[in-house]
Amino acid sequence: MLKVSIYRYNPDRDDAPYMQDYEVDTGGKDLMVLDVLEMLKAQDPTLAYRRSCREGVCGSDGMNISGKNGLACITPLSQCVRDNQLVLRPLPGLPVIRDLVVDMSQFYAQYKRVKPWLMNDEPPPPIERLQTPEERAKLDGLYECILCACCSTACPSWWWNPDKFVGPAGLLQAYRFLADSRDTHTEERLAGLEDPFSVFRCRGIMNCVDVCPKNLNPTAAIGKIRQLLLKSGT
Amino acid sequence: MVTNATSFSRSGLSDWLLQRLTALILAAYTLFLVGYLALHPDLDYAAWARLFAGLPMKLFTLAAAVSLAIHAWIGLWTVLTDYVTERLLGPVATPLRLALEIAMILVNLGFAVWAIDILWGV
Repeated sequence: MLKVSIYRYNPDRDDAPYMQDYEVDTGGKDLMVLDVLEMLKAQDPTLAYRRSCREGVCGSDGMNISGKNGLACITPLSQCVRDNQLVLRPLPGLPVIRDLVVDMSQFYAQYKRVKPWLMNDEPPPPIERLQTPEERAKLDGLYECILCACCSTACPSWWWNPDKFVGPAGLLQAYRFLADSRDTHTEERLAGLEDPFSVFRCRGIMNCVDVCPKNLNPTAAIGKIRQLLLKSGT
Repeated sequence: MVTNATSFSRSGLSDWLLQRLTALILAAYTLFLVGYLALHPDLDYAAWARLFAGLPMKLFTLAAAVSLAIHAWIGLWTVLTDYVTERLLGPVATPLRLALEIAMILVNLGFAVWAIDILWGV
């Protein structure tokens, strides 16, 4: 029997959060964490968590799995169970709505701040704005982000200043549009990032890279943004 | 754009560049002093005073002292704005942070001026 310890909090009923212990029979199989949660939900229907695609595409089931942020649906037990125990907590640093469900408003606010859409003042061509294969290749490793918030909620700089520091997820998308050959608002985008918090609160500890379930590299993107700021600001 | 009044240069880019530049100056000065002390095991006051008598050494030391003040300003400002915040401490945080920031700035400036006084006063 696998021991599972889960963070429980129902603000309507509980004075404070607590850890609840469960036991699950996995039949010795190397299940995904989400499978275990589904089995527990059958045992205890009051347990709350988010899930949708169950294959690492939608980014709904980001949570802290035995101390490391990840997606429950693509994290096998063999990667996270220690001493036959699995510990599940909500993503750190965000307000808890209930159990493993967190309020992502602050995360989305920072995403919105980097204007994650293409801005181009030139008249659109009849069919589409073309890119060379090389220009398109610059977006690889940037566009794949699914906004699961595993990276930003693993970042101490974002824990301390979530309202001022954009955080790794937002900055990866900021660079995705800075690097896009079709975007003409580079200077305006850079001007919004030049202060001591938005980009420069990153201390380069690479927690974001360590936890990203899509194996993306926000730290490298932040380094590229710094280079662009250096180019335009010196 | 996030605004701020007490960071060293008010610009994230300048602060970031200055922190790296001052680190290089401090590293060079530290290596020089450690090397000098290692090569002079029987150091006495006369030799030590001779080392600091020349203008190049005075300027190098001044650069290191100013670098230390700037480096500490940027670094401690970052620490204070990370940990002394309303998010962590409640409403007391803003006056407390401002007081600590002003104290930190005064101490840094004081040390820099004191260094000048020592360099040209002895």
